[in-house]
Amino acid sequence: MRHRIRIAVGPVQFRIGSDWAEPIAALERLYARYPQDDARPADATVRLFAARPWRRWLRPSVHIGGDFIVPDALPLPLSMGLLAAEMGMNLQVALGWRRHMLLHASAVAKDGRAMIMSGESGSGKSTLAALLGEGDWRLMGDEFTLIDPEGGDAFAFPRAVSLKNEAIAEVAARVDPSRLGPLLAGTPKGDIRHLIPRPEAVAAMHEPARPALLLFPRFGGETAIEPMGEGEAFVRLTEASTNYVALGEAGFAALTRLVREVPAFGISYPDSAAGIALVEQLWAETAR
Amino acid sequence: MSAVRTLVDLLARRRDPATLAPRDWDSVIGVARSEAMLATLAHRLADADLRPTVAALFADQRTAAKVAQRQALWEAEMARRALAPAGIEFVLLKGAAYAAAGMSCAAGRQIGDLDILVLAHDIRRTENLLLKAGWEWVKSDPYDDAYYRQHMHELPPMIHKARDRMIDVHHTILPRTHRITPDALALVSDAVASGASFAVLNPADMACHCAAHMLADGDLQGGLRNLWDFHTMTRDFAAVDPAFWGKLDARADLHGLRGPVRRAARLARDLYGAVLPGGWDRQDPADRWFRRRLLARDDWGRVTNPLLEQAFYIRSHWLRMPPAMLAKHLWTKWRKR
Repeated sequence: MRHRIRIAVGPVQFRIGSDWAEPIAALERLYARYPQDDARPADATVRLFAARPWRRWLRPSVHIGGDFIVPDALPLPLSMGLLAAEMGMNLQVALGWRRHMLLHASAVAKDGRAMIMSGESGSGKSTLAALLGEGDWRLMGDEFTLIDPEGGDAFAFPRAVSLKNEAIAEVAARVDPSRLGPLLAGTPKGDIRHLIPRPEAVAAMHEPARPALLLFPRFGGETAIEPMGEGEAFVRLTEASTNYVALGEAGFAALTRLVREVPAFGISYPDSAAGIALVEQLWAETAR
Repeated sequence: MSAVRTLVDLLARRRDPATLAPRDWDSVIGVARSEAMLATLAHRLADADLRPTVAALFADQRTAAKVAQRQALWEAEMARRALAPAGIEFVLLKGAAYAAAGMSCAAGRQIGDLDILVLAHDIRRTENLLLKAGWEWVKSDPYDDAYYRQHMHELPPMIHKARDRMIDVHHTILPRTHRITPDALALVSDAVASGASFAVLNPADMACHCAAHMLADGDLQGGLRNLWDFHTMTRDFAAVDPAFWGKLDARADLHGLRGPVRRAARLARDLYGAVLPGGWDRQDPADRWFRRRLLARDDWGRVTNPLLEQAFYIRSHWLRMPPAMLAKHLWTKWRKR
């Protein structure tokens, strides 16, 4: 394709091709500090393309393609090309990656141990991970956490963090503006702005961490902590995994071990400060 | 050289994988994924000396394909448990059959839906039993539903509500309205045991079905994979039975499939280097269009020749139904858009 870039996030090497220069330029800026290995072939392909040649210029709309596609997915306007690229990358990982069990969860690590946060979008898992990652935690990822079926370790997928709506101002107040991408206003997922993870988090992206605490955050409402049984955590994580079924017995074994070895809690919190205090407290008291 | 050609050469072992540059691998992996053949390639290159990251990706693919095959055979077992108590026997078709019979094309082969073949007079009872056992209809459109029942070679697809897997119940291997009418009764009555607890088509019929599915029914989407099936199964059948090609001819004649079977063999020779017996080893000028269609993918996995793709799409419909019916069908479909 006319414009292209290669990006490695965690264990996945992407190649992304585009009919337009803009999305690639935006990706180049976000991923400039990520390690580059030109000798490494790509595991996954993403294509950003115009359905008809004239739609490159005339009301340009970006279709998301690649090794795996979602049939009938709506295209995005060119101004949201970066979001299209992000969705395309997520899709290839969610549907194509088999080396690890994928959890739709954010994660941060400290001293080689990981705290994994799973929840629907809007639960605040990304925001919590981003804010913790600005403190003394290593950000492992805001979207996927990878579990090694053999040993049970968590692996990072530290793509550029996708900040949404209120979280944008909250994080922007604390970080250098050079680490923020352009504001994508009014996307189907609300306002979006990307945050480049700290260089230490990117440099450590291949280092595994031992899962030590599982959280199921819920943003809004009074501060509350609810211990969660193995069964419920198991069922919730099967729903949060995009390849649990495809992994078969290995997926079952990995998930069973995770919920047996790691304490799990549901938490509610009214604002980020309370959320951070809550997870720090739980980490100090219960993390294994 | 284009990536799709490199893929074909790697499968045919005409190209040493050590000669591929990193950027060649990018496109070969992408194209192999587009053709649903990445795990097949991973098996084919299992002993090759590959770059560590490619070797790791291929190992993932082999493991994943093994799990997927186990799941596909489990699905076949579920169908058997739903149908066997009522005395309905079925023949496994395509991917699940290749896996059940432990054929070499099954190594890494993606298996989509479960395809089974039952006798035409069992079709109603089969449907009822499957519905009772938890399968549900997928097509809600009454026209589509009626179209399947009146004109197709299979029931409208059903999906299992708990396991989320599709089953296609066939009563023959080409649409009723197709210009060619294979002998469905012979397909079922001459089926053989697979070794596992399933029946599969006998070798010659299996090759006939593979060729019919690839060249007489569809628009050659996924054609490289189907051609790989045809190539490896005919090669292996002929290796254990020197009379195989003659038997294949006889069965192809019985089913009216001599043209597609011969063409599949020539394409397997042209692309994958199949060795054909004397009478088969000819040239047909029209084959080039098929070769072109099979290889019409660019290095990003996109179909490169939309006109040719469209032409094969129209051809598939042209073979499937008589012109007046085709016109009516397209008119109805167009109005529903």
